[in-house]
Amino acid sequence: MTVRPDATQGTIDSEEVARFSAMAQDWWDPTGKFKPLHKFNPVRLSYIKQEVCRQFGRDPKAVDAFKGLRFLDIGCGGGLLSEPMARLGADVVGADPSETNIEIARLHMKTSGLEIDYRAETAESLAAAGESFDVVLNMEVVEHVANAPLFLKSTAGMVRPGGLMFVATINRTLKAYALAIVGAEYVLRWLPKGTHSYEKLVRPGEIEAPLGEAGLSIVDRLGVTFNPLTDSWSRSRDMDVNYMMLAAREQAE
Amino acid sequence: MARKRTAEEMYDVVIAGGGYVGLSLAVALKQGDADIKCAVVDPKPMDQLHKDPRASAIAAAASRMLVQLGLWENLLSEAQPINEMIVTDSKLRDAVRPVFLTFDGGASDGEPFAHMVPNGVMMPALYKAAKSLGVHFEAPAVADTFRTSPDHVELTLENGSVLKTRLLVAADGVRSKLRDLAGIRTVDWDYGQSGIVTTVKHERPHNGRAEEHFLPSGPFAILPLPGNRSSLVWTERTSDADRLVKSDDFTFDLELERRFGHHLGKLESEGSRRAYPLGLKLARDFVKPRFALVGDAAHGIHPIAGQGLNLGFKDVAAFAEVLVEARRLGQDIGAMDVLERYQRWRRFDTFQMGVVTDVLNRLFSNDNDILRAARDFGLGLVDRMPGLKTHFIKEAAGFAGPVPKLLSGEPI
Repeated sequence: MTVRPDATQGTIDSEEVARFSAMAQDWWDPTGKFKPLHKFNPVRLSYIKQEVCRQFGRDPKAVDAFKGLRFLDIGCGGGLLSEPMARLGADVVGADPSETNIEIARLHMKTSGLEIDYRAETAESLAAAGESFDVVLNMEVVEHVANAPLFLKSTAGMVRPGGLMFVATINRTLKAYALAIVGAEYVLRWLPKGTHSYEKLVRPGEIEAPLGEAGLSIVDRLGVTFNPLTDSWSRSRDMDVNYMMLAAREQAE
Repeated sequence: MARKRTAEEMYDVVIAGGGYVGLSLAVALKQGDADIKCAVVDPKPMDQLHKDPRASAIAAAASRMLVQLGLWENLLSEAQPINEMIVTDSKLRDAVRPVFLTFDGGASDGEPFAHMVPNGVMMPALYKAAKSLGVHFEAPAVADTFRTSPDHVELTLENGSVLKTRLLVAADGVRSKLRDLAGIRTVDWDYGQSGIVTTVKHERPHNGRAEEHFLPSGPFAILPLPGNRSSLVWTERTSDADRLVKSDDFTFDLELERRFGHHLGKLESEGSRRAYPLGLKLARDFVKPRFALVGDAAHGIHPIAGQGLNLGFKDVAAFAEVLVEARRLGQDIGAMDVLERYQRWRRFDTFQMGVVTDVLNRLFSNDNDILRAARDFGLGLVDRMPGLKTHFIKEAAGFAGPVPKLLSGEPI
């Protein structure tokens, strides 16, 4: 794999990039290594659909509800989120520091018959280029970067006035350690060992502060919990393990 | 070799089989999502649908789906409500058949628990609705083979046409060719029985009463049609059924009368009679990547409880809901994570229904006096326990299990 010069600095942790590239072939197999992410997709997709439609006055039942909105999917991996957004009509920029992931995402996009602007780029370089978006999706990424506050600030800076940022991550609690690391990686083997490390998990307060500094205000926070009986994820009030946050930038006067 | 015509168009869903399951799925999908590109392939010419002489028992839940699809009002004028249902258990020679179970009143107040609807009315109505919603039809045309790629399926028809689609749905009946091509195996029970389906005219009105007589050779069901007519499902050993169907009218009517009884006056069989071999056939999987089974292709069950069509409509309601919701979230509707939601929702329910009807049939299709005493005792108990009976009515009316939106009278 090729690592861009800029990927060695800033918020990128090159060990993490290499680990994910090794797994990239499996991105699109719903029964493969990324099965948990595929299972997780409906709950986050329905939350994104609902909140974006509310913010921009779109019909939540429409299959082209995101038409004309510009999205950034930061840390897009194989494109598991970028593709649904594009299918709903959004102009999507999918960014990931791993060239391998971006190649896989591009390949898959073509077979899906979609147009997505995939870039092997970092949040900082996008921000430096002056990019801006109606919606920034910051999903299951912040716990993998080297400098979370800096990463959050640079992504938040790209949210346009009246725009939204979604953050999904894992809390740094003992319960999260037990369920998301010991449970998911060692007991159930949903995720390869070493996918998450405890020190990198992020508490809600550690997200709120940098977003606030970047001028966003938190408008919603919710937990996402797994129900083993129905084998599915659903929204809840329990933010101890997986959780999501929604932040908005005020409309320009 | 046939000339190949590869359409550039990519369908979202191609449905093989334009029976009530395939057509109602197409209508439900189009109503939930007008942008979905949908095609139906069927070997029959679609302008001959009104000639289907059969009638279908539509349970209350299934009729709610037809209300949602905007078809029920037109069917209702041609439908016969079933207001009462009796079940008896008897030997052929019994002069009087003791009634062990009486179900009257409906699933909820004032709603009959089922309607008999002529297929010759329902099928053209479904076709017209699908056509007017923009569903593309390839009919008459026979699906020949298909090839699955990671991102789409190519379905080749016997006339050489090729349809490209994100998802291929097999609604091609209990002997589904596509299911076999997909390599999905089935669990089979052969009962050695056949169901004779025919229509009879009778002298006196049936007053909307359905009857199910558990005769030693198998269940004998009388289902009321509009006017002084009833539809029959008459189970016999396959060899006897074939003999009866081929016999002259005099012999047939004589045998018919012995089973039907004289309570509705003079009888006369009407139109054609056909025997359908009965069996229980459950698909081991309902889905594969970019491929799904619905209706009888997924589960051919014994018609003893009259649940085949209603299970099919339940599949349609659940599947349409899963697919439309996936489209609203921007998901790929042919991907396994979406299809598995449908499979999880329907497979258990189907299996349960299949086993219940199998056990019922094995229990009743014999002439053993001890078994008869035991089951009559059981039926008597059911009749005296209101809670249990309500459960059976709910089950027969199709309201058991998690209910898809279309069956509870809501749009998707």
